[in-house]
Amino acid sequence: MRGEILTVIEKNSRIDISELAVMLGAEEAKVASELAAMEAEGVICGYHTMIDWEKTAMEKVTALIEVRIAPQRGQGYDKIAERIYKYPEVDSVYLISGGYDLMVTLEGKSLKAVASFVNNKLATLDGVLSTATHFILKKYKDHGTVMTKKYTDTREMITP
Amino acid sequence: MRNPLSDTVVKIKPSGIRKFFDIVSEMEDALSLGVGEPDFDTPWHIRDEGIYSLEKGRTFYTSNSGLKELRTEIANYMKRTQDITYDANKEIVVTVGGSEAIDIALRAMINPGEEVLIPQPSFVSYEPCTILAGAVPVIIELKAENEFRLTAEELQNAITEKTKVLIIPFPNNPTGAIMEKEELQAIADIVEERDLFIISDEIYAELTYKGSHVSIASLPGMRDRTVLINGFSKAYAMTGWRLGYACAPEAIMEQMTKIHQFAIMCAPTTSQYAAIEAIKNGDEDVAQMRESYNQRRRFLMHAFREMNLECFEPFGAFYVFPCIKEFGMTSEEFASRFLAEEKVAVVPGTAFGDCGEGYLRISYAYSLDNLKIAIDKLKNFVERLRNEKTS
Repeated sequence: MRGEILTVIEKNSRIDISELAVMLGAEEAKVASELAAMEAEGVICGYHTMIDWEKTAMEKVTALIEVRIAPQRGQGYDKIAERIYKYPEVDSVYLISGGYDLMVTLEGKSLKAVASFVNNKLATLDGVLSTATHFILKKYKDHGTVMTKKYTDTREMITP
Repeated sequence: MRNPLSDTVVKIKPSGIRKFFDIVSEMEDALSLGVGEPDFDTPWHIRDEGIYSLEKGRTFYTSNSGLKELRTEIANYMKRTQDITYDANKEIVVTVGGSEAIDIALRAMINPGEEVLIPQPSFVSYEPCTILAGAVPVIIELKAENEFRLTAEELQNAITEKTKVLIIPFPNNPTGAIMEKEELQAIADIVEERDLFIISDEIYAELTYKGSHVSIASLPGMRDRTVLINGFSKAYAMTGWRLGYACAPEAIMEQMTKIHQFAIMCAPTTSQYAAIEAIKNGDEDVAQMRESYNQRRRFLMHAFREMNLECFEPFGAFYVFPCIKEFGMTSEEFASRFLAEEKVAVVPGTAFGDCGEGYLRISYAYSLDNLKIAIDKLKNFVERLRNEKTS
């Protein structure tokens, strides 16, 4: 049941609980209590909106930053990751296998704002050995959604 | 000039769907619940294999019965889903959609004057293909009170000494009905006793929402009496690739392949390469699409209950078949008015046989958002009709 609920709301978090219950063939009360439980347990961490900022008048710059760090004795990477993710402008922080350690994504109002954050805040943290900043030029697909084109139904209207 | 036409062909009624299609296509911005194909795109990994095969220049004929690897995978699929063993070399042919398989199966088995039992409402091609094969179609009218399943009694009553083939069209287009194991067993007993053969059209097998599909060919003694038809269109959302297949005992398959060889040569090569990928690695896609259909099915059933529209709960394909007899008009009148007044296209039940009168085929191969808009319009329409009746 949880898996089925999550599969639906991952794509459509705005769905009514009553409608969700109909789709899953379940009691509405049961679906509501499962949702509440999953929120309480932190399985569901939030309900966000996917926005293609490029189609708005608002300026947004997204950057991926590779960060190499020196892990600290007894705390590994966690301590420094925490110091990074506590900045509100940081969108996500992942520990990564391979050539560097943390992948940080960041949203800023301008190139300058992002550059300033990296130079002044991120690169100067104790334990950060180096950073490499990649600005995102175009988002083709995000969170499973293709941003560049809209679905159009090209089927014949009536077929046997 | 002499009449250039064949009397047999001229006598065949044009498809009831065609007529409606012509009206709809004249209309701009109409919504449709009238399609008989998935709304999903073919999963990308399958399309990619098709593209890759083109890039590699695999643009030649395949063997008549289809790529060996594909036939082997079809045999594996039959073994793992139905526990039926077919010889990939001699008992499987890859066809141009399930439709071709229906045609060549009938032509391979029928002599002039013999009778073919066709349960209706059902897919539009059984009856004309039977006539083209020179046989006599005998319609079995399925009933709403049996949830449009074929009963042993109905079968028994339709059999004459000329009966040779029974078509079993489940999961069913247009009703969405399925047949479960015990019911199929009752049919199989009669088939055995009366020495009949079966063409089992299982194109919607993967779209079953109550247990797993059971093929009549998996019942004792039935494999050797059955031509089992399936394909890639509905399960893998591959309608435009035109790829189906038939599995049958060697003696029948040998003759079917002969017709296929002369009429078709072989199924499209690109599609066959894509189909290998589908049948080998497509299970998860099928499961996801099935779950989506099932959610929409429940949504529609709920909506019908809310508006008090009579409809048995279907457990297969992607159709519901509500009853509109309460409005005192024919299916065609209802569908025409619904289209004219609310701009939503549905298919009158009569397109699938006379006994579809009083019913509509509503397809749920649409996104939930689309379904919601269309169902709201249906609700308006139904309310208006009820008000007209009482005032």
